Amino acid sequence: MLLSNQNILTTKELTKQDIQQILDTADSFKEISTRAIKKVPTLRGKTIINLFFEPSTRTRTSFEIAGKRLSADVINISGSSSSTEKGESLIDTARNLEAMKPDILVVRHKYSGAPALLSQFIDSPIINAGDGSHEHPSQALLDLLTIRSQKGELEGLKVAIVGDIRHSRVARSNIQAMQTMGIKVCIVGPPPLIPAEFKYLGVEVSHNLREAIKDVDVVMVLRIQLERQKQGLLSSLREYSNYFCLTQESLDKARNDILIIHPGPVNRGIEISLDVMESKHSLILNQVTNGVAIRMALFYLLLGEKNANPN
Amino acid sequence: MNSTLLNAKEISRAISRISHEILERNQGAGNIALVGIRTRGVALSQRLRDKIKDIENLTVDHGVLDITLYRDDLTKGLQKPALKKTEILFALENKHIVLCDDVLFTGRTIRAAIDALMDFGRPSSVQLAVLIDRGHRELPIRPDYVGKNVPTAKSKRIQVLLNEEDGEDKVFIQEYSN
Repeated sequence: MLLSNQNILTTKELTKQDIQQILDTADSFKEISTRAIKKVPTLRGKTIINLFFEPSTRTRTSFEIAGKRLSADVINISGSSSSTEKGESLIDTARNLEAMKPDILVVRHKYSGAPALLSQFIDSPIINAGDGSHEHPSQALLDLLTIRSQKGELEGLKVAIVGDIRHSRVARSNIQAMQTMGIKVCIVGPPPLIPAEFKYLGVEVSHNLREAIKDVDVVMVLRIQLERQKQGLLSSLREYSNYFCLTQESLDKARNDILIIHPGPVNRGIEISLDVMESKHSLILNQVTNGVAIRMALFYLLLGEKNANPN
Repeated sequence: MNSTLLNAKEISRAISRISHEILERNQGAGNIALVGIRTRGVALSQRLRDKIKDIENLTVDHGVLDITLYRDDLTKGLQKPALKKTEILFALENKHIVLCDDVLFTGRTIRAAIDALMDFGRPSSVQLAVLIDRGHRELPIRPDYVGKNVPTAKSKRIQVLLNEEDGEDKVFIQEYSN
C-alpha cells in the first residue's frame, strides 16, 4: 500500500486510509526507539534534508532522529546559515539543494504555502514541517497517534482545542485530520483569536473553557504565540490566562479520564498551569516520543516504497 | 492445478520431530528461545513452543520478528508491505535462538532476520527451523531443522496454510497458469 500523495503538505490531502496506515506504521516503529541499538538499515544510502527557515528544537530534532534511526543521512540547514541570507530566493535554494539529489525535503517556513510552492519546482517528496499559520501535518498525526494509543479508537471521540486558533497551524492540521477520523472538534478561545470563518470547517465554537471541556475526551492546549501577538488581539496575557488557562480548577467539571495534550513549547502559567501540565492527564512527553515514530513512518512510506513479496 | 505436499497430520508430525531434534541438539530446553518470522513463522514457532512444553514441561522464551525494515528489495518491486510489530522481550545473550519460518527459498529473508536479531544482542548461536526447504538458495544459508525437502522449479510457488492464519493446515505447490 502506498500513500495517495507523494508530498505531505496538508492533512486535507490525507484520506482516512492514509492516516490509518501512517498511524499503524508508526505504532510498529515505536519499538525501535526502545532498543539498545536504535537503528534499522531501511533507508541506508538515502539523503534527507531538513530545511528550516524558522526556529525549532522539537520538530527539527524529531525529524533528524527519525531519519537517523532509519539509517538515512540527514542534513540540517537553518535559515540563518543558508544562502537566503545572501539574497537567494527560496525556489533557487531548493533547486540547488535538489541538484545534489536528496531523496526527501523537510521544510519549515514562516510563510503559509512555502512548502506547497516548492513542491511545484522539486521532484523529491516534500514534508511540510510547519508553514506560517497554515499547517503542520506531522504534528497532527503524532497527536492522533498519542490519542489512539490511550483510547484505542479515534472514531466518536470529542476533542476541544483551546487557545490561539487564529495563528495555529497545529489547530488547522488537527481539525482536518480529526474530522477525517470521525472525531468531533470544538474550538475554544477569546473571539479575537477565533476567526469567524472557522465555523465553515464544521467545528463547534465556544468562548467558555469550563463549559466546553465538560464532556470532552481530550483537550488540546495551544501555545500563545507571543511572537504573533503584536496586532493587539489580546488586551493582556494575564487577562487571557484568567479565562483560558487550563488549571485544576477549570477541570472541575471535566471527565476523570480526560487527556491533555500540547504541541509545545509550553508557556507555563499562561495557557496551562504547572500542576495540570505535570498531572497524570498530561501526555505532553508521550507526544514528543510519538513524534519520532510518526516521522519515521512518513519517511518510510514516502521513500522505502514499492515492494515485491517473494516467499 | 495444485498438488498437496503436506496435509494437516504430516505438518503436525514434522513439528513434533523438529521439536525433538531441537531438544536433542541443544541438550534440553534450558537455553533455547524461539523466534518466529512474520507472518507464518510465528504460528510455526508457537507450535514448536507448545510441543516443547509438552515434552520438557518448560515454556521457552518466544519472540516475533518483522523483517520488513531489513529487506534488500524495499526500493524495488511492486507493493509496500505493511509493517508489523517486532516483539523480542527477552535478552538474547547466552541463548540458542531458533529462527522459525515456513518456507526457505532464496535465503534472503533469513539474512534479513539474522541482521535484525543481531541488533537485539549477541546470542550464543542462531539456528534455523523451516517447514519446507525448496532449494534455490542465493546466499550461503542452510537450515538446521527441516519439515520436508521439496525440490521445485524456481517458477513454482509453494503455499503454506496454517490454521492460525488461514483456518487450515496444508502445504501445496501452486502451478502458475498463464
